[in-house]
Amino acid sequence: MKGKIKKDEQRLQKILKEKGKEKLKEQIKKGELIAKKGKNIISVPVPEIEIPRFRHGGPRVKGGIGQGKGDEQIGQPIGFDPQEGEGPGAGDQPGEHILETGFTYEEIAKLMSELFGLPFLEPRGKETIRQEKIKYTGIYVVGPESLRHRKRTYKQTLKRELSGLSLPEDFSEEEYEEAMSALLDNPDRQVPLPPDKRYRSWKIKEEPEANAVIIYEMDVSGSMGDEQKKRARNLSNLFHIYIMGQPRYVKVQERWIIHDAVAREVDEETFFNTRESGGTVISSAYKLARDIIVKEYPLENWNIYCLHFSDGDNWSHGDNEICVEILEKELFPRINLFCYDQIHSPYGSGAFLGILDKAFPNNLKIRTFYDDGGEENYILALQKFLKPEGGK
Amino acid sequence: MNKIEEQKLQEEFLKIQKSADFYGLDCFKTIFHVVDFETLHELAAYGGFPSRYPHYRWAVEYEKLNKQYRHGLMKIYEMVINTDPCHAYLLLANLPIDMKIVAAHVLGHNDFFKNNYCFGHTNRKMLDEIANHCARIECHISKHGQDKVEEFITQVFSLENLIDIHSPYIKRYGEPVKTEGGDDEEIIEIPTLKGPRRYLDRYLNPEEWKKEMKEIIEKKKEEEKEKKIGMKIPEEPERDILLFLLLNAPLQEWERDILSIIREEVYYFAPQGQTKIMNEGWATYWHSKIMSGGEDYQKDEPAPLATDPEIIDYAIHHSGTVASHGYLNPYKLGLAIWKDIEARWNKGKFGEEWEECLKKGGYEDRKKYDKKIGKGREKMFEVRKMHNDIAFLSEFLTDEMIAKQNLFHFQKYGDFYVIDSFKANKIKKQVLFQLTNFGDPIIKIEDANYKKQGELYLKHYWEGISLDLRWAKEVLLKSLALIWKRPVNIETVITEEKDLPAPKTHPEKPPEFPGFPEKIKGEVMILRCTPPGKDGKYDYNEKKNGEIVETKAII
Repeated sequence: MKGKIKKDEQRLQKILKEKGKEKLKEQIKKGELIAKKGKNIISVPVPEIEIPRFRHGGPRVKGGIGQGKGDEQIGQPIGFDPQEGEGPGAGDQPGEHILETGFTYEEIAKLMSELFGLPFLEPRGKETIRQEKIKYTGIYVVGPESLRHRKRTYKQTLKRELSGLSLPEDFSEEEYEEAMSALLDNPDRQVPLPPDKRYRSWKIKEEPEANAVIIYEMDVSGSMGDEQKKRARNLSNLFHIYIMGQPRYVKVQERWIIHDAVAREVDEETFFNTRESGGTVISSAYKLARDIIVKEYPLENWNIYCLHFSDGDNWSHGDNEICVEILEKELFPRINLFCYDQIHSPYGSGAFLGILDKAFPNNLKIRTFYDDGGEENYILALQKFLKPEGGK
Repeated sequence: MNKIEEQKLQEEFLKIQKSADFYGLDCFKTIFHVVDFETLHELAAYGGFPSRYPHYRWAVEYEKLNKQYRHGLMKIYEMVINTDPCHAYLLLANLPIDMKIVAAHVLGHNDFFKNNYCFGHTNRKMLDEIANHCARIECHISKHGQDKVEEFITQVFSLENLIDIHSPYIKRYGEPVKTEGGDDEEIIEIPTLKGPRRYLDRYLNPEEWKKEMKEIIEKKKEEEKEKKIGMKIPEEPERDILLFLLLNAPLQEWERDILSIIREEVYYFAPQGQTKIMNEGWATYWHSKIMSGGEDYQKDEPAPLATDPEIIDYAIHHSGTVASHGYLNPYKLGLAIWKDIEARWNKGKFGEEWEECLKKGGYEDRKKYDKKIGKGREKMFEVRKMHNDIAFLSEFLTDEMIAKQNLFHFQKYGDFYVIDSFKANKIKKQVLFQLTNFGDPIIKIEDANYKKQGELYLKHYWEGISLDLRWAKEVLLKSLALIWKRPVNIETVITEEKDLPAPKTHPEKPPEFPGFPEKIKGEVMILRCTPPGKDGKYDYNEKKNGEIVETKAII
């Protein structure tokens, strides 16, 4: 009898997921996905699961009968929510019960690739990157004490004792004495003897494993306002979830670099909340990114994605040339993808986008996007960044 | 629970049963099951029946119960179903004293199920019946797929309050008849005289006369048919919309089967809603009588079953049941009314003389009034047989009781729900309104051939409270139009009333809470929805799908 409801629950989850997808789609389009730190699940509320029926509505229905303790007075607020629908007389409107459903990053990435035609990312050098993985799969009768399986051992002890306390014959004298003294000390307890002991055993499994790192760079000069930062944050969120949701990537790391005239590495919080006045030297960020990559992310072990937000305003023409040079000679050979997202700002000149496009007209390693504040721009940006032909 | 505990419990149950027998409770045989909370919640989600057909709706209910239980907002002690023998599920985590109270409570419900007229028409073998329903629906699922079947069930759930709760007691239609085969094959029977010998037959009923009669009858039938063509379907507005659809909607055989299953279950469960206050009050009265003897314990009555060390726990449990949390507590109100009935009929506080005393006599007179006729218990048993909640409250919820029970009327002013009246007639009116048709709007089918185009025309019998238009539209679009497969219309009244504003504060005068005026102005309007076309898409060219299409009158 018990547990029949599990089937219905699975059904419900399926329906909630279906309904939640719509909501998720909206959120993705608006770039409103908020990932909780440390969890790779995003929960989406699904309010419209209730079955509609004919019921009363309008202002008059917001009245009803209550039962008090005798000290109530006119004008006093009632102490309960009439929409909860307790008892037959407490308001006509049933409350809306909001249910939640969770989506893992993988599911979201899959949904995004279905909806917006984004490809699954292929890690490079997948042949070479192999990870040995230890998996505990079986039970042995010998092994180190640190791997003793307590539950199994206890079960074995219980089995032996219940079946009539017979001690195995192939005990050494020493073992026998130890066992007997343990039994005599604890007459009411189950004492595991050496033959009862069970240990975990393991297998070594070779799995191709790929790691990815996302390096975010952002211009924090005076011309990047709050609106620009919000857009940068939303897009980087989506980018992050998409990369995290790739089934091939086991580990995804993130690094944040801010720059004005000089660049420095910061944590995520600072990245999105810093505002500095000053000039912009984009090459400083590229140099720092290069240094980090060279130092910490060897080519053969990491898939590297760079995402640069800027309003396209650079200090000098000479610096533009330096940027192009660093990109071409030092970054492109090392990274998988360089994405440049130029966000419209009323102050910036916005010239940098043109310079990049001119310098790399057919290079698929660099993708650029101009965000003019349109509502579906996040998706368009992702499509341009991640689609194999790059929208070019 | 181990065997000794179980045996002890069974002994206690026997004692309780004996005590109940003494008081004259007339119960089905009761079978107690002790289950853990997960199982109990599962059962509660299924409406008490372990073998309900699959649908995600039960899981929604289950999650809700589990969530509330986890947060300590709610605890189900027992669950009892109206079957013969009666099955009662008790929570494993109950204390021994809780078990006893709950068992006595269950016997109260059991007696009520067996004897109250509302439950008279219900199938007491419902446990089997619902298992059969489950088997039938699972059969349909394996044939047509879960998605399709579940979708149809959901559509019917939208209409499940469109029944005629009084119909089981009137038998207007009788049970739905299968209408298979055409009218053409009908054999016309001619009334003949019956003679003592067969050879006399051709003299008694000559061939020519037979022919004549046949012609006359055929002519009459044809006339009737012609009459029917111009006639409305249904002849009278039909409130049992589920039945009407069952008989008339263009459904496939499996859909018809599911519709009939859901309709049967709705009618089975309806009496529980019709008698909630009475039933809970009755069960509470009896558990208190059996466990503690009550206030008027007589020496010849069986000894109270709550032992001395248990009496505090008993009191805590009982006062929890009849506590005031602000909302109307059916246990508390029901119990109070039952006790009032007992006291009044014991003292003879009814009839002309008492009415007169109420009018003329002072407080002391009323208090002292005692004819010592001792008919209290007898009256209670009579009321438990013949009443439902509406009759029960309209007859026995006296003004005195409303004041004593601290009932109040609340209304939303501004952003808050506040108490705005203690007036007895306002409260009583509101209570009765909320109980009528389970607080749902009364809707009937007026015409199934509206505009002579096979459109369905429903009418909301408006009584001052409007329909929730957003939900009405959902029901029409997502359920009724799909089942009827032609456009559906509903006539209702739409008012321009708004929420009451928050009262103005004044340094000297207390704020005023006027409530809504008695009279409302509104417009009779028709809402129309068109089903999707053959390709499954709604006709968006028809812009007004799900909107008001015409205004009929202004009232």
